[in-house]
Amino acid sequence: MSAAGAPPRRPGEISYATRRTMFLVAGAAFAAFLLWGLADLPAFGDYHGVYGLTLNRVAVEETHATSVITAVNFDYRAFDTLGEEFILFAAVLGLALLLREARDEEAGPPDDDAPGRVASETSAAVRVATLALVGPIVLLALYITAHGHLTPGGGFQGGIIAASALLLVFLGGEYVTLVRVRPLPLVEIAKAAGAASYVLIGVGGLIFAGSFLENFLPRGTVGELLSAGTMPLLSFGVGLEVTGGFVLLVSEFLEQALVVRRRRAGGPR
Amino acid sequence: MTAVQVVALGLVSVGAWAVVVSREPLRQAIVASFYGLVLGVLFMAFQAPDVALSNIVIGSVALPTIILLALARIGRRDE
Repeated sequence: MSAAGAPPRRPGEISYATRRTMFLVAGAAFAAFLLWGLADLPAFGDYHGVYGLTLNRVAVEETHATSVITAVNFDYRAFDTLGEEFILFAAVLGLALLLREARDEEAGPPDDDAPGRVASETSAAVRVATLALVGPIVLLALYITAHGHLTPGGGFQGGIIAASALLLVFLGGEYVTLVRVRPLPLVEIAKAAGAASYVLIGVGGLIFAGSFLENFLPRGTVGELLSAGTMPLLSFGVGLEVTGGFVLLVSEFLEQALVVRRRRAGGPR
Repeated sequence: MTAVQVVALGLVSVGAWAVVVSREPLRQAIVASFYGLVLGVLFMAFQAPDVALSNIVIGSVALPTIILLALARIGRRDE
């Protein structure tokens, strides 16, 4: 792993020995600062965050959600979550733009055989196992999204779990099957609707409760599935957006890997 | 610190080391997948189940998949 001997030096390049000395000096300084910082750390498990301690005490009573983290994500700091949601939205949008079919590319028949590689058929065991898992995973995703305000989880976690079920379809079936169970326009609509619903619920807060993303639904009884006001709705919005975003992301990559190939004639490589 | 937390920390440092040491990209993607799982266990042991859930799916499913697909794309010679 370590380089045996110094590589041949180009003119103007810093020598290996100088670079090593520079690294040792910088590394020693860095280590000294880290140790200095470590010395002043509070003891393990000793927590003094005023904001966190306050929330732990008042969140359940105020929001009727038993998962304080979700209460922070979808109530106290719901606006931050809006920003995070749109980061994902913009990232997937940018990816789709980057990977769109360029002029010197054309779509060939879907093909997952690299030249020179003998592809083996997906075995029956893998097919059965993945097919058997798709249902439970979708159910788990729905459960985690719906119970975000009660137990750990929420829209983001549920959304990516749902998207991973689609990967299983690809693993156990074929690309063609995947395309059939994943109507892209519908996925795009789900993603956009999820992102839009979050903003619309926020506007609902502005209209009915006086400020953006303020809760405007009855809080209900603590611990029940339909409680904590707008939180479950926001959670489902995020879940839709995240599922759609991830499915689109993986689809774009799959398409690049399996379908799109460059034209033979012309075009710089 | 409980025994579970110590074990989780140890597993994470071994896992991170394994990811850095494996030089072959295909193998590295698989090792990184295991590392994502181990990191999820660490978050769980330190009472952050929300983060653990996200990390298990992102770190051990989504990220390795993207790497594998990118490798497949690069490895396929243009016909």
